[in-house]
Amino acid sequence: MGNPRTLYDKIWDSHIVAQQEAEAYILYIDRHLVHEVTSPQAFEGLRVSGRKVRRPEATFAVADHNVPTKDLDKGIQDPESKLQIDTLEANTAEFGVPYFSMTDDRRGIVHIIGPEQGLTLPGMTIVCGDSHTSTHGAFGALAHGIGTSEVEHVLVTQTLVQEKAKNMLIRVDGDLPPGVTAKDLALAIIGQIGTAGGTGHVIEYAGEAVRSLSMEGRMTLCNLTIEAGARAGMVAPDQTTFEYVQGRPYAPKAGAYEQAVAYWKTLKTDEGAHFDTEIVIDANALVPYVTWGTSPEDALPITGYVPHPTEFKDEGKQIAVERALHYMGLRAGTKLTDIEVDHVFVGSCTNGRIEDLREVARIIEGKQVKDSVNAIIVPGSGLVKIQAEEEGLDKIFEAAGFEWRQPGCSMCLAMNPDKLAPGDRCASTSNRNFEGRQGQGGRTHLVSPVMAAAAAITGRLTDVRDLT
Amino acid sequence: MDKFDKLTAVAAPMPLVNIDTDMIIPKQYLKTIQRVGLGKSLFAEMRYDADGNEIEDFVLNQPAYRKAQILVAGDNFGCGSSREHAPWALKDFGIRCVISTSFADIFHNNCFRNGILPISVSHSDLEKLMDDAERGANATISVDLVTQEIHGPDGGVIKFDIDNFNKHCLLEGLDEIGLTLKKENKVTDFEDARKLDQPWLHT
Ligand code: SF4
Repeated sequence: MGNPRTLYDKIWDSHIVAQQEAEAYILYIDRHLVHEVTSPQAFEGLRVSGRKVRRPEATFAVADHNVPTKDLDKGIQDPESKLQIDTLEANTAEFGVPYFSMTDDRRGIVHIIGPEQGLTLPGMTIVCGDSHTSTHGAFGALAHGIGTSEVEHVLVTQTLVQEKAKNMLIRVDGDLPPGVTAKDLALAIIGQIGTAGGTGHVIEYAGEAVRSLSMEGRMTLCNLTIEAGARAGMVAPDQTTFEYVQGRPYAPKAGAYEQAVAYWKTLKTDEGAHFDTEIVIDANALVPYVTWGTSPEDALPITGYVPHPTEFKDEGKQIAVERALHYMGLRAGTKLTDIEVDHVFVGSCTNGRIEDLREVARIIEGKQVKDSVNAIIVPGSGLVKIQAEEEGLDKIFEAAGFEWRQPGCSMCLAMNPDKLAPGDRCASTSNRNFEGRQGQGGRTHLVSPVMAAAAAITGRLTDVRDLT
Repeated sequence: MDKFDKLTAVAAPMPLVNIDTDMIIPKQYLKTIQRVGLGKSLFAEMRYDADGNEIEDFVLNQPAYRKAQILVAGDNFGCGSSREHAPWALKDFGIRCVISTSFADIFHNNCFRNGILPISVSHSDLEKLMDDAERGANATISVDLVTQEIHGPDGGVIKFDIDNFNKHCLLEGLDEIGLTLKKENKVTDFEDARKLDQPWLHT
């Protein structure tokens, strides 16, 4: 039977088409997701070289980064955004790639609609010209971001040239306490291993706490894997996965479904398989996390204080911390819960799913967003929006003083009109607190949806467990 | 793709760690549908003030480094977004080689696809190179991909590793897609086998 293998080993092995040279393998790609920002130059490359898309039916496109989240009837005002979206529309039509248009209810953030539509399945290799493609690993798929040249490579050949990564296991024992979510777990991990901690690895998440996460929670965890520098994150598929997938529009239909599940059940790490790195985390000891700086590794328990540069050993990191404190307008020693925010953003491919919105609603129901706070909620897809409205969540949000928007990436990266002004401070459920990420000069604190809701109510970073 | 074999050039020091691709090329420049013309926007938010004037302190604005073709940077260079606009902007500015202790995976791949050589060195070697780079325009650094060596201005030599495939592609300026297409029959064979094994993926 050969050596015991990890989940990653198994998916890797089953996708090798050929060996190109020493460590470079041609790997087959089952699903290619495409969005408007990183694809125009790739399609242009096809045109210039006279090549075609090898498997349009294995490819799927949607516009998400640039789309406005309000006043859609007025069209896209920014001419450059409009050109990029029109270009995607024209390219998908020319090359026969399936596409959800701006008026389709099923559109949304690419990493939300993949799972929602059943385009994301266990055992697949999935790529997209977007680093948060790691999200899809929640299904036990090998999923990672690629650059535009690689987008072109996949469009033409349905393969990618890859070197095998190392295996890392992160085992999370115990149960997440109340108020502590998959987002906090992810921030705690990144805070511990650093944004380069996973470089060169594919991470498999295992352990009780991961098993008990919903698919939404697993997606949040895998989504943030890229912020730990790993190529991909994955969770072995189980009953939770199969139930989520069953009946989705692009999932295998009855008959094929049973055959698929039988195969998917083999997708788990064998007893005794080798991991290059192993990390164990005790879920019971975790608390809600926030970031204070401009790198996702600048994460601390909400009960903590803004650190001083001298608390860090590495000189490069000291420079970075000094710069971050200056950028964030924070003084070392400040209690994290004393930091006031004037914006709250709930959304993104990290936390823009229905479960995230339900959690926010649970916290803010019957309460009010503080006057000084500008709070928006952007559902991750049109279907999330419809479902939330069916459940009456939009009414709860609006009654509390949140703005309820149309789906898109929105203020996660502020390529559309939703952005922070210089000096604005935001509690955000997104994934990056880089300088300028949510608008030039804007200051981002990454938090979970319930922590964002708590901050909206009090106007400062708040431990959601203290909220009564 | 442009070839890379040898380069002797001024190296600009950027000791900051975790320089992310949002810093290298901020999102407002991602709306282009072309690959060229991004050099003037490289590091835009560090390089220009709100009125678009150059910030004197920023390394690439200093006379000694305006023509730098090598960057010597802190750990984990190129983390964050997968945007290939980052190497496009570096290249358009004139940077052909980045030296750090480590690179984010996607950025690392993107460099090779654009004729840029990313080199990982040890912390102590990086420190040496950072010192060299800080000496400005008179202290050029030479990078030789064939021998996998970096030559400092004072004759010091640092060896570096690179995988064969990327080395070969860079030295020859090979088109990776063209190379894969030579094995197209293997892709077809794979797909044929797949239709039997996992038919739900090939409907
Ligand atoms: S929501 Fe944010 S991180 Fe996710 S795909 Fe959109 S821009 Fe990228």
